[in-house]
Amino acid sequence: MDWFDNIVKTFFDVEAMIVVLPQLLGTGLVNTLIISIAATIIGVVLGMIIAVMGISTSRWLRIPARIYTDIFRGLPAILTILLIGQGFARFSQTVFGPSPYPLGILALSLIASAYIGEIFRAGIQSVDRGQLEACRALGMSYGKAMRLVVVPQGIRRVLPALVNQFIAIVKDSSLVYFLGLLVSERELFRVGQDAAVLTGNLSPLVMAGLFYLIITIPLTHLVNYFDNRFRTGRRKATPPKSGLDEVEEIQPQSPVALTYGSNT
Amino acid sequence: MTYTSPIPVTDAVVYNGSGLELVDLTMAYGDIDVIRGVSMKVEPGTTTCVIGPSGSGKSTMLRGINRLHEPKSGDVLLAGESALKVKPDILRRRIGLVFQHFNLFPDHTALENVALALRTVKGLGKQQSLDVAADRLAEVGLADRAHHRPRDLSGGQQQRVAIARALAMEPEVMLFDEVTSALDPELVKGVLNLMASLGQRGMTMVVVTHEMNFARRVADQVVFMDAGKVVEAGRPEDLFDKPQSPRLRLFLSEVL
Repeated sequence: MDWFDNIVKTFFDVEAMIVVLPQLLGTGLVNTLIISIAATIIGVVLGMIIAVMGISTSRWLRIPARIYTDIFRGLPAILTILLIGQGFARFSQTVFGPSPYPLGILALSLIASAYIGEIFRAGIQSVDRGQLEACRALGMSYGKAMRLVVVPQGIRRVLPALVNQFIAIVKDSSLVYFLGLLVSERELFRVGQDAAVLTGNLSPLVMAGLFYLIITIPLTHLVNYFDNRFRTGRRKATPPKSGLDEVEEIQPQSPVALTYGSNT
Repeated sequence: MTYTSPIPVTDAVVYNGSGLELVDLTMAYGDIDVIRGVSMKVEPGTTTCVIGPSGSGKSTMLRGINRLHEPKSGDVLLAGESALKVKPDILRRRIGLVFQHFNLFPDHTALENVALALRTVKGLGKQQSLDVAADRLAEVGLADRAHHRPRDLSGGQQQRVAIARALAMEPEVMLFDEVTSALDPELVKGVLNLMASLGQRGMTMVVVTHEMNFARRVADQVVFMDAGKVVEAGRPEDLFDKPQSPRLRLFLSEVL
C-alpha cells in the first residue's frame, strides 16, 4: 500500500498541518477576512453608485457605468490586481506606506463593484414599475422614491446573489499574494503555500483549503435558506374564508342611499 | 343598483374639489400620438366617467393630467391655472391617482402606506402623519386593518388603502384608473360605493372604468374615448340611452 501512504503523507500529514495551524488561524484567516470584508464593503458602496448610474435616464451617467462594468467584469481578476497593485504602487506608497495590501483590497473592490453593480441593477429593475409610479403620483421626487421605496425592495431580492458574490471575493482574495505581502499580511493561501514550500509537503495547503471551506460552505447554505424563504415566503396555510365577510365589513352602519343621476 | 356610502355621509369629511379642464391635449409615445386633441371640462365637485375600448388612451390621458407622462401639446387647467406651469411634484400633491393594480408598498403596513408620503412629501411629523393616516383608513372602513401588510389584505381592501393613501394628501382632484378591474367580483361594489361617496361629498373625480352601471348612476358626465379622441361626451342618460356615434353604439352593444 505504498501509494496510499504516499497520498496520506502528501496531502494529509497531520504533523505538518498542526505546525502551520497557529499561523493559519492568527495570520491567514484574519487577513483573508479583513481583505474580503473590506473589499465587499467598498464593492457594495461603489456597486450601488454604478447601479444607480446604470439605470439613470441620462446617457452621460449610463454609458460610463456600462464601460466600467464591462471592463472590470471582462478582465481576469489576476490581471486587474497586478495592474493596479503595481501600477499605483508609487502613489500608494505616499498614502499608505510600502505595503501593497491596500491596493490589493482596492483592486478586489473594483472587480467586486462591477459584479455587485449588475446585481443591484437587476434587483432594482425587477421591482414593479408601479412602485415608482405610485411614489411619483404622490409627489415624491425620483430620488426619494428610489431611496425610500424602490431600492430597498430591490436589495432585499438580491441578498442571495450578494452572499454568492461575497463567497467569490473570499476565494479571489487569495490572488492578492501576487503583490508580495509582508509576513504579517499574508492570507490563508499564502500562509499555506509558504509552509508547503518549506516542508516540501502539500498538507499545509490542504489545511488552508479547509479554512476556505469553513467560510464558504455555511454561506452557500445560507444562500439556499434565503432563497427558499423568499420564494415561499413566511405564509402559513390558513383555513378557507369567504370574501363575503368583507362585504359586511363595508356595509354602512346607517345606510344613506346616494341619489346620483336620474336612474336611481 | 344603488351605491351606498360605507360611512354616514352627514358626519363624514366634506371635500372641496377643484375644477379641471383639458384643452386640446395631445400625448405621444415616441413618434406615435396616442392622445389626439382631447378637450373636456370637469366642474368642481363633479364626477366624470371615461369609458372606451382598451387602447383608446384612457389611462394615458390620466397620466397626462398629473404629468406622469408629459403631454406633447395642449393644456391642463387645474382650478383655472395651467398645470404645465406648476412643478410636477407640486402638481401631483394636488391630484390623487389610484391605480388598477393598487401599487401599495409591500413591505409597509396599511398605515405606513398612507403615512409615508405625508411624512416625506408633506413634511408632517411622524406622529402627526400616523394620526392623519389612521383617520383616512377609518374613512375607507379599514381602521382595524391598519397594521396589516398588503399581502394580508384582500384586493378590495388593498384598493381602499390605495384610495386612503391618495386622499391623505388632500388632493383637489382624484383620478381613478380602472380601479376595480383587478378585483374579485364580490369586492367591486365596496370600492365603487366608496368612490360614489367621495363624489357625493364634493370631490372632483375623473374615473376611467369598465363599470357601466357605475358610470350611469354616479357620473355627472360620461366621456366616450376611442383611438385617442373624445368621440362623444354628455350626461350619462344621453350617452347610454341615445348614443349618437356608431362607435359608441358598437361599444355599448358589446359591453352591456
